[in-house]
Amino acid sequence: MTNSLDVAAIKKDFRVLDQVQNGRRLVFLDSAASSQRPVQVIDAMSDFYNSTYANVHRGVYRLAEESTNRYEHARRNVARFIGASNHNEIVFTKNATEAINLVAHSWGRTNLTAGDVVVVSMLDHHANIVPWQMLAAERAVEIRWIPVTDDGQLDLSDVDRLLDGAKVLAVTAMSNVTGAITQMDSLIASAKAAGAITVLDACQYVPHLPIDVDALGADFVAFSGHKMLGPSGIGVLWGRMELLESMPPFLGGGGMILNVTVDGFTPDAPPARFEAGTPPITEAVGLSAAIDYLDELGMEAVRAHEVSLTAYAMRKLTSELGDSLRILGPSEPAQRGGVLSIELEGVHAHDVSQVLDEHAVCIRPGHHCAKPLMRHFGVAATARASFYVYNDESDADALAEALVAARDFFAL
Amino acid sequence: MSSLEDLYREIILDHYRNPRNRGELETPPAHRTEGFNPLCGDEIVLFLQLDGETVADVKIGGQGCSISQSSASMMSAAVKGKSIEEVKGLVTQFKSMMSIHETEIGGDGSETEEGLSGQDGSSATAELPLGDLEALRGVVKFPVRIKCATLGWNTLTQAIDEMAESA
Ligand SMILES: Cc1ncc(COP(=O)(O)O)c(C=O)c1O
Repeated sequence: MTNSLDVAAIKKDFRVLDQVQNGRRLVFLDSAASSQRPVQVIDAMSDFYNSTYANVHRGVYRLAEESTNRYEHARRNVARFIGASNHNEIVFTKNATEAINLVAHSWGRTNLTAGDVVVVSMLDHHANIVPWQMLAAERAVEIRWIPVTDDGQLDLSDVDRLLDGAKVLAVTAMSNVTGAITQMDSLIASAKAAGAITVLDACQYVPHLPIDVDALGADFVAFSGHKMLGPSGIGVLWGRMELLESMPPFLGGGGMILNVTVDGFTPDAPPARFEAGTPPITEAVGLSAAIDYLDELGMEAVRAHEVSLTAYAMRKLTSELGDSLRILGPSEPAQRGGVLSIELEGVHAHDVSQVLDEHAVCIRPGHHCAKPLMRHFGVAATARASFYVYNDESDADALAEALVAARDFFAL
Repeated sequence: MSSLEDLYREIILDHYRNPRNRGELETPPAHRTEGFNPLCGDEIVLFLQLDGETVADVKIGGQGCSISQSSASMMSAAVKGKSIEEVKGLVTQFKSMMSIHETEIGGDGSETEEGLSGQDGSSATAELPLGDLEALRGVVKFPVRIKCATLGWNTLTQAIDEMAESA
């Protein structure tokens, strides 16, 4: 592939985008919440249901074997995509939230006791905050917060002191509010030096940038299928095998045991140990198809496209709206993802989104499950527009035009 | 099709830009209650001061969208000087305008949202004129915004319940 995306061709794969609302072309700018999925993913799932589906790891009949093969192929495909050399380090979960809860529950409750320290960040989604707060409430574990800078990046100026004595660093790889991309290499090295494991929330990172978890040095990485062109109902936890092997099961049931007697049970090895019950089988097939689609585009090209589209949108919005507009986060597109959290002076995010809906522009108002961060910025809500592979400059133009309409509608 | 003008009536925008009864009251004698809309992060801080069974004063703080702020502003103007009974009647009337019908009296927000009819249920108690609040009638056509319009009212109900409990 060349280093640019043929967005016109890509748009055709996303039939949901081919619709008109209020006489206008639908403009979907809410991929940070959940992306759309191409016909290739939808077809892969429906073909699988129509030809192959059966429960995995149990039957000996042909369909069951094929179904198991497809499920396990998905695991290998995910491993390859994120640079994990051992596919058994891939645990399928319901979503990233469950993946992080698995770590907090299983690793956390095995390794943390009163007085231990977990470092989280102000930039994080509630999914990487609340599981640690739950643990803290139960175990009297201390939570320390990495602050954020005025331009919405992690403020790492004092991070060595924060990490001193910590056992866990739980941090986002890319903010779903400010788009700031974490400087992971040095941060993970600091955590290692302090003796802390790193739990990365890569929900916004894996769909948009190339990643190599083997090289990264983190201990756990979590993300969700539905933000990367795949279906909802499947998430991924990657964890270092030594750690996974040292952990007790999270949920108990079928599929996660070697043996059960009246006296107790013997858990299976990872990843089965952490996949109790019937897993998201067709969802794994869909996620694998989504990965094939992204591979075809090339993640370097995806990233390059989003940097240039974000740069274009930031210029466009600033020139159309000037001082009435504030975009949270780094001003340098290369330091951020395609997430624009917007504050329009005098117009609340909810009202912005209402006017944008009238213009068939789909964005998200709210706190984006990052209330500590919103409080830091002194706002209750922002209007967030986010880009993905099917967006282009015409979508950014539609956003700008609708924002001008919102400003004018509410002008005094 | 619902147009923006149905939602954003002039009077709503006026209350949004010039909110009435904005501020704080000393606690005690006033009672402070916070209300949250967990979906969008809107927050309301309501100060309620009673004189016997009458609302002596009410002040509103917090931040939110034009619908939640204007609704709270209009509410504050509507309930001042009213008896608790009258206020409860207003809450029921307002919620019924929002197509919300209480399933239990005094319930903790257990309520059903019934369709988009927007018509008032017949009420035995004498109804007070909703006045400016009528302007919010258009909100029912935008179901996701109903929670914005009722945020202040739910917070007020919570405040009354809390005061009754502690009395
Ligand atoms: C940064 C981040 N972390 C975690 C999540 C939670 O993802 P999920 O709801 O799929 O578990 C999200 C998405 O909402 C997110 O943006």
